[in-house]
Amino acid sequence: MARITMREAISQALWEEMERDPNVFIMGEEVGVWGGSYAVTKGFYDHFGAERVRDTPISEATIVGAAVGAALTGLRPVAELMTINFAFSAFDHIVNQAAKLHYMFAGQMEVPLVIRTVSGGGRQLAATHSQTPDVIFAHFPGLKVVAPGTPEDAKGLLKSAIRTNDPIFFIESATLYQSRGEVPDGDYLIPIGKSKIQRTGKDITLVTYSKMLETSMKAADQLAQEGIEAEIIDLRTLRPLDMEPVLESFKKTNRAVIVEEGWRSFGVGAEVSARIYEQAFDYVDAPIQRVAQKEVPLPYSRDLEQSALPQVEDVIRAVKEVL
Amino acid sequence: MAQIIGMPKLGFDMAEGTLVRWVMNEGEKVSKGDVLAEIETDKATVEVESDYDGVLLSQLVKQGTVVPVNDPIAVIGEAGEQVDLEALLGRSAGEGKPAPETSAAGKPAGEEARPTQVEAPAQVPAAKVQEGAREGYTASPLARSMASELGIDLSQVTGSGPGGRITKKDIEVYQAKAPVIAAAKPAAVTPMPFVAPAQPFIRETHNVPLPKLRATIGRRMSMSMQQAPHFYVTHDYDVGALLEQRAEINRLLPEDDRVSVNDFVVRAVALALLEFPNLNASLDLPNNTLIYHGEINIGVAVAVENGLLTVVSRNTDQKSIRQISAEVRNMVSRARQGKVRSEDVEGSTFTVSNMGMYDIDQFTAIINPPEAAILAVGSAKQVPVVDNGEISIGSRMKATLSIDHRISDGVEGARFLQALAKFIEEPLRLLI
Repeated sequence: MARITMREAISQALWEEMERDPNVFIMGEEVGVWGGSYAVTKGFYDHFGAERVRDTPISEATIVGAAVGAALTGLRPVAELMTINFAFSAFDHIVNQAAKLHYMFAGQMEVPLVIRTVSGGGRQLAATHSQTPDVIFAHFPGLKVVAPGTPEDAKGLLKSAIRTNDPIFFIESATLYQSRGEVPDGDYLIPIGKSKIQRTGKDITLVTYSKMLETSMKAADQLAQEGIEAEIIDLRTLRPLDMEPVLESFKKTNRAVIVEEGWRSFGVGAEVSARIYEQAFDYVDAPIQRVAQKEVPLPYSRDLEQSALPQVEDVIRAVKEVL
Repeated sequence: MAQIIGMPKLGFDMAEGTLVRWVMNEGEKVSKGDVLAEIETDKATVEVESDYDGVLLSQLVKQGTVVPVNDPIAVIGEAGEQVDLEALLGRSAGEGKPAPETSAAGKPAGEEARPTQVEAPAQVPAAKVQEGAREGYTASPLARSMASELGIDLSQVTGSGPGGRITKKDIEVYQAKAPVIAAAKPAAVTPMPFVAPAQPFIRETHNVPLPKLRATIGRRMSMSMQQAPHFYVTHDYDVGALLEQRAEINRLLPEDDRVSVNDFVVRAVALALLEFPNLNASLDLPNNTLIYHGEINIGVAVAVENGLLTVVSRNTDQKSIRQISAEVRNMVSRARQGKVRSEDVEGSTFTVSNMGMYDIDQFTAIINPPEAAILAVGSAKQVPVVDNGEISIGSRMKATLSIDHRISDGVEGARFLQALAKFIEEPLRLLI
């Protein structure tokens, strides 16, 4: 086990998969010579060459459109969108092409495509560059949406994503690249579509993913000092959504708080809590609470931005409200 | 903040109650659970308990007033609190009216929040949502499913959640207490028979108002006799073994816990009914429907001042004779003190009326509507018995079943009495 950053974990996954399979290649803005906006592909250009590490024009529609085409011909592209906010420019290619081709052509072709992108706020990038619209992409059948919260999961899930024959929308968190965690040595995979218990507890179930896993873990540490044991379920994949560990945990604790970075309306909290009410109604002992971003475009001002984003205190407050 | 106490609804058909006596005076300190007043319903006098801690600020009705269910009778608040009674009552009366439509942010609906404005979280305090729950209490789904599994009456459980919501914890606390209550020695009472206070004879014709209970009995019995075509089947039971077994059991029990012949009969009836669901049914005439009850709840007729009541043993087929005995004894004691609870007298599916203690050979009873049948039990007596040409002394007890002919026929009644014989004459069956 090595203790590495999320950035290193993702970089390792890409590197290892490119070494393993010559069909894997990277394309995106500044991924080559510059080494990636978040330095994830630093050194790749020199090692793998311009053909497999392709700098593209500033046109997300082109990046995804070309990647879909490459995937249809049998290559395994990893397309990078600098932020998820730019994915809207490529929306048709993502949700209408990538997500549907396999279905609409009756399985005659597959789209083994990974779209890597960066979501989340907290870096003072203002309203249009700081969004967390993850759920929008999870709305579409045909697309798998993965959003890891730890280096170990990021590496194992990205490697699985690259080897999967379905289009994967792989969401990384802008403020998690520096976070560290233990990562197993050597080649390992983590299956897509499996939630994971990241912390065990008996008093309340926290359901979360990505950046908010970190926030929830901190909240759980503080709650533990007050004798409240929170169990944390990391969804890791938004579609397909694995409710099994959530329901199991909820049947034990009977109380839940869903923590997400995006807006509350129509969000992950809405989906997860609805499923709990549907599938574990007789185990509900208190209304399920949701912690989410304030329903405003994210402000530029640091203080305002932080007050709009869900914080550790918000999670603690919600937990106490439910208990 | 001041709270209103309303006229409680103590039975599914209770529409109003008479406030017969104030127990607490205005200005007195009250704790949750304290008795505020006594009310008389069709069936019994019951106590109204306070749902709140505080001071009884105001008695809203005079003694003797008939009050519709849910109408306010008292105000509880803090000492010296100035209460805007009108506003409070207005709020209470206005419950259920839709609140003026406003968006989550408190602005009139339709006015969209501008993006620069932070919308209030679309979250309503849980307590508000639950207000005005129909049953008079709020409980989480988990608490509800636990209660139904454990057979707990949620209206007896105190909720600790927001707005008094009953949660898992409250059920667990209630459960933990329950055995203690059950184990507590029942108040010493002389169970049988009830002797009415001797009424002096006045040598002058005079009128008295018909007591409420008397009127209710009259109404219900008239209805039963007029509407349900009764027929009667009588059986003579050999109770030799039962009396011996009872004596043996009572040798093992403390004096206060001794079981009666009627306790045996009640359990026997419950077990026999398992084989005769048709006699554990009710007729819903307007809908041309027979209701087969999913529980066997045996009503036991009890003489009280001014009349009689039936106290109800629930799920009697699943209880031991000793359990039945203890709960019936407690309910009878409450009934005779006029402290009967609504659940003591509601929900029977079959009634047993036993006059054995009055040295009655046999009698017929009027069906307790809307039940299908009632069993009238006479005294157990030593009689000469002819068996195989020999005369010996045996113990016999006659029981007469009254049946509603709209639901059942004579043959079924006879078979039921035979099935009952199996349990009464081989009473070991009641213990296994």
